[in-house]
Amino acid sequence: MFAGFMMNTWAVATIVAPVAGIVGFFVVLRGSAFPAHAIPKGAFAGAAGASLLGISTLAGLAAFSLVGALGIGALGRRGRSDVATALALVMMLALGAAFLSRTTEYEPEIYSLLFGEVLGVSSTELLPVAALGVVCIAAVAVLYRPLMLTSVVPEIAEAKGIRARRMEICFLIVVALATAMTVPVVGALLIFSLMIGPPAAARSLTSRPGLAMLLSVVIALVTVWAAIAASYTYNWPVGFFVGTLAALSYGLGRGWASWRRTKVTPSAAPRLLAAADRT
Amino acid sequence: MHQLWTWVFEPGFFSSAPVRVAAVTGGVAAVVSAVTGVFTVMRGQSFGGHALGDVSAAGGSGALLAGLSPLLGFVGLGIVGAGVMDMIGVRRVRGRDLATGIVLGAAIGLSALFLYLTSVSGATTGAPAQILFGSIFTITSATIPAVVILSGIAVACIVAVWRPLLLDTVSPDLAAARGVPVRLVGLLYMLALAVSVGLSSLAVGAILSTALLIGPAATALRLTRTAGRAVAAACLLGVGATWLGILLAYDSYYWGAAHQGLPVSFFIVAVIFASYLLSGFPSERATGGRRDTASPASPAHEHIAA
Repeated sequence: MFAGFMMNTWAVATIVAPVAGIVGFFVVLRGSAFPAHAIPKGAFAGAAGASLLGISTLAGLAAFSLVGALGIGALGRRGRSDVATALALVMMLALGAAFLSRTTEYEPEIYSLLFGEVLGVSSTELLPVAALGVVCIAAVAVLYRPLMLTSVVPEIAEAKGIRARRMEICFLIVVALATAMTVPVVGALLIFSLMIGPPAAARSLTSRPGLAMLLSVVIALVTVWAAIAASYTYNWPVGFFVGTLAALSYGLGRGWASWRRTKVTPSAAPRLLAAADRT
Repeated sequence: MHQLWTWVFEPGFFSSAPVRVAAVTGGVAAVVSAVTGVFTVMRGQSFGGHALGDVSAAGGSGALLAGLSPLLGFVGLGIVGAGVMDMIGVRRVRGRDLATGIVLGAAIGLSALFLYLTSVSGATTGAPAQILFGSIFTITSATIPAVVILSGIAVACIVAVWRPLLLDTVSPDLAAARGVPVRLVGLLYMLALAVSVGLSSLAVGAILSTALLIGPAATALRLTRTAGRAVAAACLLGVGATWLGILLAYDSYYWGAAHQGLPVSFFIVAVIFASYLLSGFPSERATGGRRDTASPASPAHEHIAA
């Protein structure tokens, strides 16, 4: 499975997983599971539209995921954020359905855009994907402090003059960028599994943010590599293994956390209480 | 006058059998979605409601593979998914959304597997798009009775636990203090949601399932004061949007030279989306343009109003 044509897939996976792990850490911290699902899914509609117009699907993905992020942010201004996410999502999907109805041509591409495709990565895609990945990680590095503050202690952040609304939109844009670059291997529907499962597992193992982010990256890498290897061996879709392994790591993380809780010692109690509060 | 009539209702609209089936199925889906949707929006379970649509779709593709009835697959896996979500979810919104996301991810993975196995066995093409987007015009009248009965059961469940559910939704601590069996009530709500979403996903596709669940309910909650009135308003909005969407889709075949038309789901969602946006303006004026300034990401602020 390490033949020439597979090296692209391994390379992309190794770029994708850390980004998913790092952005995913904040997705889990901020409880943004729904946007993390909605933005990639809506972005898929953009990819369909881009295909229709003959533009690169990556461009369509990026454009629609940004539209989605901004739409969710804008709608969330006046109403509940989960309602905003749901409505923005269905509007984008409806547009996607409208685009798709115009032509019946590219069904295999739909499948691979949605569920991921082990063999579908070309060398020309590597550079843009890597570039977007660097941008994402740089954005997280720049936004780290305000992001952590608004996520964990929102009142203190307000007092410091950090506008929660603005950070939310910035964060959604980062998620959008991460989406656009991770779809080639993992597919639009399952990228969010990588952004939820490994970070959730990592946070069950430790409450320290730096360590949790590192663990999140490690678990994400292991998940994607194992999924690619399994997909190559059994010919089943990569997405299936990602979804299952993400659920497995989440389950193991929670199991570990509750096992630790049954072994409370006086010195461990405060830290465990804090960790329990977080779940 | 006659010209105006035919301009609005293109020829053959009222006599078309697919239109009639779509109107009935869509209408039933809209009503059931409105009832469960109002509670879904109030409980902040929009993600769960949407996720169950995808979980049901996985059940649908599994049923397709096994040669079973799609209805069984949609509703069956939906119920299983709702049960698992309820079991592993915790009370706090974040933990619950995380659990929802994990179950959803696993279900989508299953969907991928089922669809792949279906295509390998050489069965239907166009399955991914079908399962994802659905088509309101391809329902047969044979499925209507089962849909209506199951819908009735879902609505009956909600009505049966109306007061305790409402209390638990508005103030969970008060409900627990009053001796309401909150776990049981919550589970019943999830099961009714699963059946409702499973049915609507089958009947009108995954997109419309979520749109009909959340959109009219959220709009109604902005415009009304009580849960009962919200349900009534959501029913009206949902059915209205559905029928208007069907009309527009039917008419769209006559627009332009290409005679292609656009899908029904697009029009229905557009109407729902537009009505939600429009409903934002009256409430904007009423509160003087200032809504709750709390960040949507902060866990402490879970307001009921949409």
